[in-house]
Amino acid sequence: MAELPGPVKGFSTTFFTMFRKVNTEQYPEQKEMFPPKPAFHGRHQLNRHPDGLEKCVGCELCAWACPADAIYVEGADNEEDDRHSPGERYGRVYQINYLRCILCGLCIEACPTRALTMTNEYELADTSRESLIYEKEDLLAPLMPGMVEGPHSMVEGMTEQDYYNGKVTQATPEQVAEVAQRNEFVLADALKAAQADDNDANGNEAGPSPWGSA
Amino acid sequence: MTVTASNAGEITPPADLVSCTIDGIDIQVPKGTLIIRAAEQIGIEIPRFCDHPLLTPAANCRMCLVEIVGQPKPQPSCAIIVGADMEIKTANTSTVADLAQRGVMEFLLINHPLDCPVCDKGGECPLQNQAMSHGNGESHFHGVKRTFPKPIAISSQILLDRERCVSCARCTRFSEEIAGDPLIELIDRGAQQQVAIAEDKPFDSYFSGNTVQICPVGALTSKDYRFRARPFDLVSTPTACEHCASGCALRTDERRSKVMRRLAWDDPEVNEDWNCDKGRFAFRYLDEDRLTHPLVRDENGDLVVASWPEAIAIAAEKLTAARGTTGVITGGRVTREDAYAYGKFARVALGSDDIDFRSRATSDEETKLLRAVVAGSELGVTYGQIEQSPMVLMVGLEPEEESPMIFLRLRKGVQAGTATTAAISSWSSPGFTKTGGVVLAAAPGAEAQVLAALGSADSSLSDAAKNVASALNEDGAIILVGERLASQPGGISAATALAAATGASLAWVPRRAGERGALDAGALAGLLPGGRPITEASARSEVAVTWGVSPEELPTEPGLTVEGIIEALTTVPGAEVDGVAEGTATEVVVDVEGAGDTDSVDVEPADSEQAHGDPIDEEFEPRITALVLAGVEIDDFPNPDLFRTALLEASVVISLETRLSGIEAYADVVFPVAVDTERAGSYTDWEGRVRTFGQVVAEATTIPDGRVLAMIADAMDHSIGSGEPLPMRRELDQLGSYVGPRPDGPSATAPVKATPSSGKAVLASWRHLLDNSILATGEDYLAGTARAPVARMSAATAAGIGASDGALVTVSNDIGEIVLPLVLTDMPDGVVWVPGNSPGSTVNASLGVVPGAVVDISQGGQV
Repeated sequence: MAELPGPVKGFSTTFFTMFRKVNTEQYPEQKEMFPPKPAFHGRHQLNRHPDGLEKCVGCELCAWACPADAIYVEGADNEEDDRHSPGERYGRVYQINYLRCILCGLCIEACPTRALTMTNEYELADTSRESLIYEKEDLLAPLMPGMVEGPHSMVEGMTEQDYYNGKVTQATPEQVAEVAQRNEFVLADALKAAQADDNDANGNEAGPSPWGSA
Repeated sequence: MTVTASNAGEITPPADLVSCTIDGIDIQVPKGTLIIRAAEQIGIEIPRFCDHPLLTPAANCRMCLVEIVGQPKPQPSCAIIVGADMEIKTANTSTVADLAQRGVMEFLLINHPLDCPVCDKGGECPLQNQAMSHGNGESHFHGVKRTFPKPIAISSQILLDRERCVSCARCTRFSEEIAGDPLIELIDRGAQQQVAIAEDKPFDSYFSGNTVQICPVGALTSKDYRFRARPFDLVSTPTACEHCASGCALRTDERRSKVMRRLAWDDPEVNEDWNCDKGRFAFRYLDEDRLTHPLVRDENGDLVVASWPEAIAIAAEKLTAARGTTGVITGGRVTREDAYAYGKFARVALGSDDIDFRSRATSDEETKLLRAVVAGSELGVTYGQIEQSPMVLMVGLEPEEESPMIFLRLRKGVQAGTATTAAISSWSSPGFTKTGGVVLAAAPGAEAQVLAALGSADSSLSDAAKNVASALNEDGAIILVGERLASQPGGISAATALAAATGASLAWVPRRAGERGALDAGALAGLLPGGRPITEASARSEVAVTWGVSPEELPTEPGLTVEGIIEALTTVPGAEVDGVAEGTATEVVVDVEGAGDTDSVDVEPADSEQAHGDPIDEEFEPRITALVLAGVEIDDFPNPDLFRTALLEASVVISLETRLSGIEAYADVVFPVAVDTERAGSYTDWEGRVRTFGQVVAEATTIPDGRVLAMIADAMDHSIGSGEPLPMRRELDQLGSYVGPRPDGPSATAPVKATPSSGKAVLASWRHLLDNSILATGEDYLAGTARAPVARMSAATAAGIGASDGALVTVSNDIGEIVLPLVLTDMPDGVVWVPGNSPGSTVNASLGVVPGAVVDISQGGQV
């Protein structure tokens, strides 16, 4: 076959490519179609025990392991009426700075309680520095069925060891009741405060309170 | 082996050296050296837990096993003294020793919970480290570990986690051997062996924090530092303790500009490895309730926040108007550099010598002692000397409460048999008892008589007193005079006379960290820096050259001390009209202080000081109109009401404070200043040793006192330099100490005291180490280990008012009362002792008198 002129040869590649399957992913419109690989190192998550208590003990080993100095932890004492994790210690402050984090995963290897793992979430961009410092409430795993939000006491009769041995499978009715009662108190307090505000705002004397003799 | 043999042939070691071989290296060590110490000398590290160089060998943990050639089994190197030609092989060269150590480590870890992630020691734990370096990765033990409930509080500050304990007995040995508080002990045997306290006796030792520091595992931890940080979070700075004049070297650890903890740092010449709990745990004051902005009083009389330039301008204007009539009181807590800046500021900018660093009971005798002997005397009696002294006589000083390192050092000397102690005190406090000395009982005010009797070798002396008197004549005898003696007329003079008569060295021991440094820096009327008397022309010209002023500008006559300043302010016509100082408050003070000053002091610089300081003139010109106050607490003064009157009378009050202290109610301008962690500085301990400290919080933006003064001085058209700590220190060091004639020392005679009648008693008092001190506010865990405030009387005195042991008694005068439970104590009759500033017992605030005053005592009372 006779030699085709150069331009024609070149454009033929373009022409045939037009009929091939398209590789372009439409992000963010179609991102669900292309999930990251399961082992992808994405945003961190602070896991919970099956009854909702936190697994983090505030040991700071993650901060120690971090090559980018992106993690800041402050531990604190669990009190009997303010228990966040089984055992003595919990992480009172837990921050990961995603401006620094290189998502290397050394922190999750260091974690002795498997409290810290990484999710597949990769959308870690924002418009301010503050919003990229994730606090504990941003990182804590969502409540799964059977969990109740802490602080609440441990499962009756279980030790810290039992939690790690998987003997706790879900929140007990006592724990559920404890949290419900606490929430009720919080709600009642909030209502009381709102009531007081109302009275002040209207310049009224506080009349007989529907919430008792406070 | 051949090497040893040939070497031994060639070199004959001196008699007090023995030679041995460790890992093939020949070494000669003094006789009596432990193998583990000998190995340290040549850099061979032997793992250890129970061994501590300042504690007796225990050989409890067995981690330091080494092979000694010729002995059938590995031996603990921490307990065996090097023998002649011993051949020692550590784990480095001996499989036997290595195996033994690995085996021991495996045993130690059998019952250890391995809960490093939740343990405070994690990251700086000898067990962690040595398990890595000298342990096996795997254990043969697969059983169930012994567990204990964890942690248990053995005092309000110290927590014990028995699972982690390796039974090294460092804590129990420390408590027994060093602190003398054997409140913890190892009980039970085998796997159940544990540290424990007696059921009703918590571990309330003043030195309990040291056990946390020397615990080689995380078994003992403090509530204060619990879960607060990891070693890698902390930035450490060597510092000096600001709580008393002991001068402990500390290490302060900071995380994100906040102090997390303080540790005792090793200074063999001062605090060795130890410190007291106050120095270790009381640092919350650094961050709490701090003043952040200058405050000035507006036209309505309210204190309002002002800018720095505004506040400086107002202060400068007011002080310029009061030039020559401004008194400066700095309190005992400012650093050496700041005290120097205050002294310079007073002389240069204020044109006044009316400055004092003592916001407490003082006396003319004390002032004279300080001017004549102590100021600028550099290093005098040292810790090393008191440890080796044939007689340390303490008067006006309770070492454990008022200078804990003196207590520890004395106790060390007494335990080793190298020191003997004696004290002149109203009763034998735990501190005296633990140092094993004789207590020569004396009611407050009678110290001078006892001292005089010791000097005269009176035949009426008791045997114990005779022994003390003869020991004082021996070489190396020491008299320690506490600052409290200032409130007892004649006491300081008698101590000085006794020292002169016996040849014993005299050391003055203030309570607060900044006092000795302030004295040397010239923050006392009549003294320029380095102990230079302001009356000496040569001294003035030396200082004038350094300060860049003409010598004529410096005052030539000693100004007023703190007593004089307060007196000058409160005796102006109209002070009584004001209605604040009327009645009892003034009367009592005139009584008490008058006894100290005029009646008993025979040599009064009649014309010069009187003419200079006498406030009452025909046509009245106030001697003092303004006050500059720094680090002063109103309740520090023997009569706080009188000081309040003085504050009211002063037309200008400038206060430099780290936080609101009560002075601000009277102040025209309040400047916030830096605390110790926010600036560099130094103190001088009671020995005269300068203790420098660095800036802990590098990001601090607060301003040190000296810098504030420099800014005010600049606005007044005078210059005291930059006022920054380091230039001030350079200047002070450059000036050095004074050599030349000094003024005369004190030579007052003690007034004879009448025996109090029934229902009355002489008040005795000193402050507990842990009390209402403003630097320990908010330290609840620490306060929980404080000694309970009690009143003490002899059985006869108590019987006189019908009170029994444990019942409430009331100590009162016409100002107020103190109600405390009574503890019958072996002490002179007609004396009642109460703590000086403890909860429920604030002598200054409640009674407005100093020890030695006569108070009413009665049974019962309402707390």
